Amino acid sequence: MAEVATSNTQSVSDVPRRKAKDFHNISTGWNVVLNIIAGLFAFICVFPFLFVLIISFTDEKTLATDGYRLFPAKWSFDAYRFVFQTGDALLRSYGVTILVTVLGTIISLVLISLYAYAISRTSFRYRRFFSIFAIVTMLFNGGMIPTYMVVSQLLHMKDTLWALVLPLAMNAFYIMILRTFYSTSVPEAIIESGRIDGAGDFYIFLRIVLPLSLPGLATIGLFSTLGYWNDWFNALLYIDNPNLVPLQSMLMRIENSIQFLQQNSQNSSLSMQALSSIPQDTSRMAMVVLATLPIIFAYPFFQRYFVQGLTVGAVKE
Amino acid sequence: MATFFKNILKNKVMLFMVLPGALWFFFFSYLPLVGTVVAFKQYRFNREGFWASIVKSEWVGWQNFKFLFSGTDAWVITRNTLFYNIAFIFIGLVLSVAMAILLSQLVGKTLAKVYQTGMFLPYFLSWVIVGYFAFSFLSMDRGMLNQILGWFGMERVQWYSDPKYWPYILIFVSLWKSIGYNSVVYLASILGIDKSLYEAAMIDGASKWQQIRNITIPMLSPIIIIMTLLAVGRIFYADFGLFYQVPRDSGTLYSVTNVIDTYVYRGLKTTGEIGMSTAAGLYQSVVGFVLVIVSNFVVRKIDKDSALF
Repeated sequence: MAEVATSNTQSVSDVPRRKAKDFHNISTGWNVVLNIIAGLFAFICVFPFLFVLIISFTDEKTLATDGYRLFPAKWSFDAYRFVFQTGDALLRSYGVTILVTVLGTIISLVLISLYAYAISRTSFRYRRFFSIFAIVTMLFNGGMIPTYMVVSQLLHMKDTLWALVLPLAMNAFYIMILRTFYSTSVPEAIIESGRIDGAGDFYIFLRIVLPLSLPGLATIGLFSTLGYWNDWFNALLYIDNPNLVPLQSMLMRIENSIQFLQQNSQNSSLSMQALSSIPQDTSRMAMVVLATLPIIFAYPFFQRYFVQGLTVGAVKE
Repeated sequence: MATFFKNILKNKVMLFMVLPGALWFFFFSYLPLVGTVVAFKQYRFNREGFWASIVKSEWVGWQNFKFLFSGTDAWVITRNTLFYNIAFIFIGLVLSVAMAILLSQLVGKTLAKVYQTGMFLPYFLSWVIVGYFAFSFLSMDRGMLNQILGWFGMERVQWYSDPKYWPYILIFVSLWKSIGYNSVVYLASILGIDKSLYEAAMIDGASKWQQIRNITIPMLSPIIIIMTLLAVGRIFYADFGLFYQVPRDSGTLYSVTNVIDTYVYRGLKTTGEIGMSTAAGLYQSVVGFVLVIVSNFVVRKIDKDSALF
C-alpha cells in the first residue's frame, strides 16, 4: 500500500505533499459529519440503558410528580436497597438463570461439538444421512404447540429446569457453523497422523480436534450463553413454579405488580403501610439494570467472537 | 443385512457421537411434526399423555383451517407478519449497509470501534429488557415522549392503546435492535475488499462517492443478495419477543401487533383454541417451507457456497 502511495504522489505532481499522507481518507469536514452521524446512532443505541439506569436511581416520590427524567430533582438508592433487602426472589432468579446458563451451555457444546464433528468426517459412512437429518429441522418444524405438547405431555418437563435447558440445547445452524469450522481449521493431515500413531476416533476428537477448534467452540458457546441468559419464552410456556422463574421471566411477571417480589420474599410480614411505601417503579428499573449489567460488562470482550461467528457462519465448506 | 451390521460396527464411534444430538432432534424436532396432525383434529387434552391426547382427539378434517380462514384473524396475522418483515428487510438493509459504509470511511479507527461497540449493544439485550426501555419512553403519565410533547404544549398520547402509532414504533424498535449487528456483518465484508481496487480507482481520479458506487456496493452485492434472500425465506416467521414484549401484550393493539407467532401462542395459552392455532402454525410452517426452498434455490443460482443446502 505504501509503495502505491508514493508512486501516486510522484505521478500526480499537482497533489500537495501533505495530502498524500491521508491519501486513503475522506476530507476533514466529511469525517466530522460522518463521525457525528455514527456517534449519534451509537448513542441512541446506548441511551435507553442509561435512561433506565437514571430512573432506577431516582427518588420514587419525585418520579410520581415529575415522571421519568434525565436529570431528576432528587436521587435515591432506595430501589436498590429494597431489591437487595427483600430480593429473595431476585436472588433465586439470578441463581436459576446462572444455573440454566451454565448447564445449558455445557450441554449444548457437548451435543453440538460431537454431532458436528461426526458429520464433518468424510470417513463416517452415514454423514450424509445425519447432515440431512439436521438440516431438515431448519426447513420444517412442528411449531409451538406440538413442541409444547411433546415437552409437557410426553417428556413431562413442565415446571422443571430441563424445560429451560433442553429446548434451547441444539439447533442445526450452530452445527453447520461448527462443522465449517472443523473442516477449515483442522487439517486432514493432523487427523491422519493421529490415526497412524494409533489414536482412536474419540481420542483424536478430544485431544487434537477440540483444542484446535477452540475459537469455534467459544463462538458457539457464547451464542448459547447469551441465548440462555436472555431466554424468557420457555419459562413463559413451561414454568409456573415461582422458585424456578429465571431472571428475564421474572422481569416480565413483575410488569404490573411488584407484589410478586413481596410474596416471594422472607419479609412477607410487611405491613400494608410498608407495602405502600415500596419504591415500585424504581425497583422494577433497578432490576432491569441488575439483569442487564452482566451483559453490559461482558459483551465488549466477546464482541470479537460474535463477529467471527457471523462471518464463519456466512461461509460454507 | 450382514454388511449393514458390519458397517454399523465399523462406524460405531461416530454413531455414538451423533447419538445424543440425533436423539435431541428426534424429540424436539421430529416428534413435534407428528403433533401437527392436531391441526386436523378437535383437540381434547387427555391425562394419559401425549399419544392419548393425539389419538383420542376426533378427526375434523379441514374444519380448523376453514374456521381460521373464514374469520378476519388469518388475514390480519398474515398481513401483519408480511408487512413488518418486508419493512424490516428493506429499511434494515438500506440503513445497515449505509452504516457499514459510513463506519468504513471514518478516519479514526478507535472511534469507529467505539461506535461499533455501542451499536452492537441492543443485539445482546433480551426483548423483556427492550420492552422496559420502550416503556420508559412510552409510558402514558411518566414516559419521556409524553413529557417532550408536554413541553411543546401538545396533548399526551396513550401510546399503549392507540394502534395507529405502532407500525412506526415496532419498525423503529426492530431496526434499533438489529442495525448494529447487521452493519457489522457488512462492515466485515467491506474490510475484506481488495484495497488495490480503491487505489487503482483513486489513481484514475475517482471520488469517494464514485468508489462507493462502483466498488464497494458491487463487491457487497453478493452478500446483500444472500442475506436478503435468507430473510425472505423467513418472512413468514415473526420475532415473537418484539410483538409480545414491546406492546406489552396490549389487547387494543392486536390489530397492528398480532402476527402468526403471537396468534399461535395466544391460542395455546389464553384462548385455548388449540386446534385452530395448530392449524395456523402448520400454515406458517408450510408456507415458510416453500419460501425457504424457493429462496435457497435462488441463492444457489447466484452463489452456490452461500446456499443453505
